[in-house]
Amino acid sequence: MSAVGPTSAKGAAPPHPAAPRPPSPDGRRTGGADGYNFAYLDEQTKRMIRRAILKAIAIPGYQVPFASREMPMPYGWGTGGVQITASILGPDDILKVIDQGSDDTTNAVSIRRFFEKTAGIATTTRTREATIIQTRHRIPEEPLADDQVLVYQVPTPEPLRFLEPRETETRKMHALEEYGLMHVKLYEDIARHGHIATTYDYPVKVDGRYLTAPSPTPKFDNPKMHMSPALQLFGAGREKRIYAIAPFTRVVSLDFEDHPFEVNRFERPCALCGADNVYLDEVVLDNSGGRMFVCSDTDFCQERRAAGHAGEMLARAPSFVAGQR
Amino acid sequence: MVEEDLPLLSVVGLTKFYGRRVGCIDVAFDLHPGEVMAVVGESGSGKSTLLSLLSTQLEPTAGSIRYRMRDGVMRDVFALTEAERRFLMRTDWGFVHQDPALGLRMAVSAGANVGERLMAVGARHYGRIRGEALSWLERVEIETDRIDDPPRAFSGGMRQRLQIARNLVTGPRLVFMDEPTGGLDVSVQARLLDLLRTLAADLDLSVVIVTHDLAVARILSHRIMVMRQGRVIETGLTDQVLDDPHEPYTQLLVSSILQV
Repeated sequence: MSAVGPTSAKGAAPPHPAAPRPPSPDGRRTGGADGYNFAYLDEQTKRMIRRAILKAIAIPGYQVPFASREMPMPYGWGTGGVQITASILGPDDILKVIDQGSDDTTNAVSIRRFFEKTAGIATTTRTREATIIQTRHRIPEEPLADDQVLVYQVPTPEPLRFLEPRETETRKMHALEEYGLMHVKLYEDIARHGHIATTYDYPVKVDGRYLTAPSPTPKFDNPKMHMSPALQLFGAGREKRIYAIAPFTRVVSLDFEDHPFEVNRFERPCALCGADNVYLDEVVLDNSGGRMFVCSDTDFCQERRAAGHAGEMLARAPSFVAGQR
Repeated sequence: MVEEDLPLLSVVGLTKFYGRRVGCIDVAFDLHPGEVMAVVGESGSGKSTLLSLLSTQLEPTAGSIRYRMRDGVMRDVFALTEAERRFLMRTDWGFVHQDPALGLRMAVSAGANVGERLMAVGARHYGRIRGEALSWLERVEIETDRIDDPPRAFSGGMRQRLQIARNLVTGPRLVFMDEPTGGLDVSVQARLLDLLRTLAADLDLSVVIVTHDLAVARILSHRIMVMRQGRVIETGLTDQVLDDPHEPYTQLLVSSILQV
């Protein structure tokens, strides 16, 4: 008790657990909301996560276990991705968050605000401006550069999970590179549907070694993972796994010789910006069957429209689809 | 010709204790290519322990199991790396369980069940895998239009035949069978025995079959090994042992067969 100052009354309450923590010696770790360390997580946790990330980069596609923390958001909302982002974020980073390709859905907005508040960093919706892009379900249409990091939110990191429920067994299968079971699933797809009907979370082999789940991105985005200049990090909060694809790493989608991998094709271009060869969302417009197909990547679509491109329905699309611009 | 004289599997002094309880003690035998050996005995005699040891699902307390690999070299199966052993298990060996649900993937189609081993060793051509599965279904007398049905929709006899096809598709040289006809009614059992005998002869399979049914041993096996309380008490040619049993226990077993 001798450490207590002379002014403390006997029986005074101990310091509140949420009281502000002192800044780190480098003095740059504040900058966010009072009472929180820079980017919410404490420095020891960030170090632990960074070690896992470094190991993951060293062994592309291998799932590294890590001591995932409780985050102030429910599991399934991107707790894994948020922990990775918090660990790699610096004060000069510019963050973009997308959910199903969109910058303005609840999940994307709340994660962006979370880091604005706890780290005081700049955010953007422009793919080109961002240094870190946290994503759920999509890879941006705009090709990424070698100074960008893509952080995926992953619900089920184990691609073999629904075929083999035992974790001990799936680990052994990875260790011994026994991946025949994954082809059993693709075989079943062809036997039932006449083609490989898996359209998202389509299994890939990374650097010729590890079978890896690309998280629930559409298989349309799989080719973008191959030899990507950007570092790709994957965080699964509930499952407590981190894995990574280092820049310029081979990523091959599994297939059969007589049923090769194919990406989704769309019959028409985006109804708002006229873009071809992009991933489209179907939007139902009314109760009489009216619908339109628009870019799932909202930033890409808006930039194209700003540059003067127009799709066939741009003029008459309702504002909840086309936005204010 | 010299090759023919060398054993495929050579077991010496195989012993397994579960704590102080005896699994099996000092079992030794050689199995030659194309030979079918039956292990008979009552419940608790150590036959299932022996089969688990032979198929490397259990580690022995003492003794060794050596197997002639495809390159002709005899190797101790417990000295193989785990990767080599698992590879052996799904290519050169087969295991037919009494309960087909243990040996099959009940939720995926019959075709995928047969094709799984092919895909595990690198087959990546859907048409060829399916063609192989079709020809194997035909061989085990399952209608080929059932190829896309899951084994859940199959009868007990069909499941057992599917399990056999799944094991034989990679052309194994050694197959372990644990009461393959257990739980099947007699007419289905007769058909299955007929099929097993034909396949074993056609493919020149070596088989270790564990059964408590002496009739099954009589029909399928060339040689018989009688076990009691973990020990082998009598061995010999099947007809010799069953027609002229020497040990009192074997005599009891043979005289216990119900006649119709």
